[in-house]
Amino acid sequence: MGLTLAWLSLIVLIPLSTVFIRAAGLGVSEFIEVGFSSRAIAAYKVSFGTALAAALVNAVFGMVVAWVFVRYEFPGKRIFDALIDLPFALPTAVAGIALTAIYAGNGWVGQFLEPLGIKVAYNPIGITIALIFIGLPFIVRSVEPVLADLSAEVEEAALSLGATPVQVFVRIILPSILPALLTGFALALARGVGEYGSVIFIAGNMPFKSEIAPLLIVTQLEQYSYAGATAIAVVMLLISFAMLLFINLAQAWSRRRVDA
Amino acid sequence: MITLNNISKNFGSFKALKNIDLEVRDGEFLALLGPSGSGKTTLLRIIAGLAFPDAGNVAFNGDDVTNLKVADRKVGFVFQHYALFKHMSVADNVGFGLSVRARAMRPSKAAIRARADELLDLVQLGGLGGRYPAQLSGGQRQRVALARALAVEPQLLLLDEPFGALDAKVRKELRRWLRQLHEQMGLTSIFVTHDQEEALELADRVVVMDHGVIEQIGTPGEVYMLPGSRFVSGFVGDTNSLPVTVSRGAVKFHDRPIALDTGSIADGPALLDFRPHDVEIANEQPGCLPLVVTGAYRRGGYWRVEGTVGGISQVIEVDLDAANPAPEPGQRLALRIRRGRLFTTDGVQA
Amino acid sequence: MTIRSTHTTASIGLTVVALAFLGIFVALPLVTVFVEALSKGIAPYFSALVDPDAVSAIKLTLTVAAIAVPLNIVFGIAAAWAIAKFDFPGKSILITFIDLPFSVSPVVAGLVYMLLFGMQGWFGPWLREHDFQIIFAVPGIVLATVFVTFPFVARELIPLMQEQGRDDEEAALSLGASGFQTFLRVTLPNIRWGLLYGVLLCNARAMGEFGAVSVVSGHLRGLTNTMPLHVEILYNEYNFVAAFAVASLLALLALVTLVLKSILEWRLGYAHRSAGH
Repeated sequence: MGLTLAWLSLIVLIPLSTVFIRAAGLGVSEFIEVGFSSRAIAAYKVSFGTALAAALVNAVFGMVVAWVFVRYEFPGKRIFDALIDLPFALPTAVAGIALTAIYAGNGWVGQFLEPLGIKVAYNPIGITIALIFIGLPFIVRSVEPVLADLSAEVEEAALSLGATPVQVFVRIILPSILPALLTGFALALARGVGEYGSVIFIAGNMPFKSEIAPLLIVTQLEQYSYAGATAIAVVMLLISFAMLLFINLAQAWSRRRVDA
Repeated sequence: MITLNNISKNFGSFKALKNIDLEVRDGEFLALLGPSGSGKTTLLRIIAGLAFPDAGNVAFNGDDVTNLKVADRKVGFVFQHYALFKHMSVADNVGFGLSVRARAMRPSKAAIRARADELLDLVQLGGLGGRYPAQLSGGQRQRVALARALAVEPQLLLLDEPFGALDAKVRKELRRWLRQLHEQMGLTSIFVTHDQEEALELADRVVVMDHGVIEQIGTPGEVYMLPGSRFVSGFVGDTNSLPVTVSRGAVKFHDRPIALDTGSIADGPALLDFRPHDVEIANEQPGCLPLVVTGAYRRGGYWRVEGTVGGISQVIEVDLDAANPAPEPGQRLALRIRRGRLFTTDGVQA
Repeated sequence: MTIRSTHTTASIGLTVVALAFLGIFVALPLVTVFVEALSKGIAPYFSALVDPDAVSAIKLTLTVAAIAVPLNIVFGIAAAWAIAKFDFPGKSILITFIDLPFSVSPVVAGLVYMLLFGMQGWFGPWLREHDFQIIFAVPGIVLATVFVTFPFVARELIPLMQEQGRDDEEAALSLGASGFQTFLRVTLPNIRWGLLYGVLLCNARAMGEFGAVSVVSGHLRGLTNTMPLHVEILYNEYNFVAAFAVASLLALLALVTLVLKSILEWRLGYAHRSAGH
């Protein structure tokens, strides 16, 4: 018990609190100057915008993937199932350079997209693709157990009462998996906002266009601007906490009735 | 009237149903009784349109509905685990069938709510419409499931193990209540059960199934008193079964003659089935079965006596009137079998 | 029969969509790593791996994992034990705190140690006076790695130990076993597969961590370069074959992790899956 608390404090709590203490020492005007510079604001927009877009894409396709793996049998299922967890296991830097090799203008896929006027790499689209890779397992693994628990009987009951397949999905399945979907969405979003390794290679890192907030922290540190790095980190943490709080409330609201 | 004609269904190489023919009369309460794997639930699902036969057809009042989906058959289905929609209130559950109708046929929200309340009153859950399923007891959930199925005014009510998930006391109450409800509404109803007591108590007619075939169809009395096969005799009610030999009109157990009409059974080995209560104590005389008592306990108005006959390996149970003195272990009793049935060793009735 | 055929069409359609999505977004990057690594043939591939800088990066990665993983095992068991077997106020807050590193950007994780031990950090001047280096050195890398891998073992064990309750331990104690004997012979065997599962994920992350380590390492070739950082340096020098060669080792580690993970999930029962990393 004592060991647990001491170690937790030493490794996590005390170090994390230094960010806030340092930020508090900055003074309001300096904090706003560095924490809300136009470049920093652009970086927040890129980070949160791409994370949100990726989490939304994953919410839709992750649900399809979860559905298919829970409900259908097909050859190679076990291998594909293990593959879903690859983003958990593959180091982010490896994912980053691989995605860049695929989507760069001369890359495997990029060379076909560029003539069509679609630039993926060095662009927010590229960042979004990296975050889709990173976030997919969060959604799938959150939704899967709930879908598996949802008995076929419940769907059959709705069908026997005259519901169409679309009505079954909208009125029965979706409300049942919504809390889990929100959990997965929140996890994917939080991870996406803070993600660094898989993004920096494909992002191109152009200030005001494809520069993510974590990279801006690193840039500030490389320029020995601890104050700038701290202010940006605090703003990021606060926005993340606010978003997670909102999602938690939404989740509590959607779960309340099911678990009543 | 529901007519099933030559229904067969396989799951892979497993033959779940083999050439089933069945007629269900209007307004009757029919039980599909059998052990697990007998095909009773599959048959119910085929009637509902939740499963489809590989061969044969299903007709409702002469109309072929074999290829009709469940939504188009106008059946009410009550699932074994109720399958209530957890995220909806009880009233929304009951009104669901009405609320998913095409706009032109959909009643107003107020009308749906009124109908739901009316049905909740019918199933004695008036005032609980605002609750969620998680806040109800098992028996209450069961009745919500029933009200929900009735809301769409089905022409047929199907119940899959309706009491399977309830404890013994609630089960008994609900059983009696369901029987009354059926008499009150007169809706043709079919229920699946593995509990013979439930089938005998509730149903107008019982369909006994085993290994995908119908073993016997009859009233509870017929199925119990005149079992058509060794399987029915063993599955419905308590039964003792003794290996006997039949020769020239006489039944012998361990070379001891048993007084019994052999009917038309051929000479050779056979099985003698008799119910525990179909015996009486007789004075030692030819045609009696000698029983060595191993134990006895009082069961209501009679003694349930356990003992062996013809050596220690053959254990039987018999019921003796409680007016008799308590049988002591080791005591020898001479029993006369009042009513027994002979089957050939492959289970077919003599 | 019409119903069943439409059913099959829908299921085939959805399966194709799901597998195509997985193929494009997950499988393709994995394949790319190996194809790019071997694009110039076998010889350049292996020469990239035996390069002295690559070898020292591999050694450093193994060293860091060898320190960080055992630390987290000890902590994870202690924390899960405390949470599962004792009641105390603030339990759920403690669980939230343990999970905290998952919701913090790895870059911020690196930053906090810079703020503590860096040149301009709280302890920076003192450390320099005593000629002891944490930032831009191995201790900093270990600290950052411990931070980001902190929750893996604990969060795997907490539900497992909670579920098992105290009955087994109390039975052992009542039979005269000492506390330590009880732990070794009753508790540990009960949690061994869950523990292994947590260790596996912890190790994968420890060896693959990039953001946090990148901030505190200083990128000194041959000294403070872990494998993922070495991949970045090679890639930024346009030495793609070498970058992908080192990356392929990390990808192999990921594949081994996934195989072991599948086996463990099978052992733990299908229901066991964690969504939180």
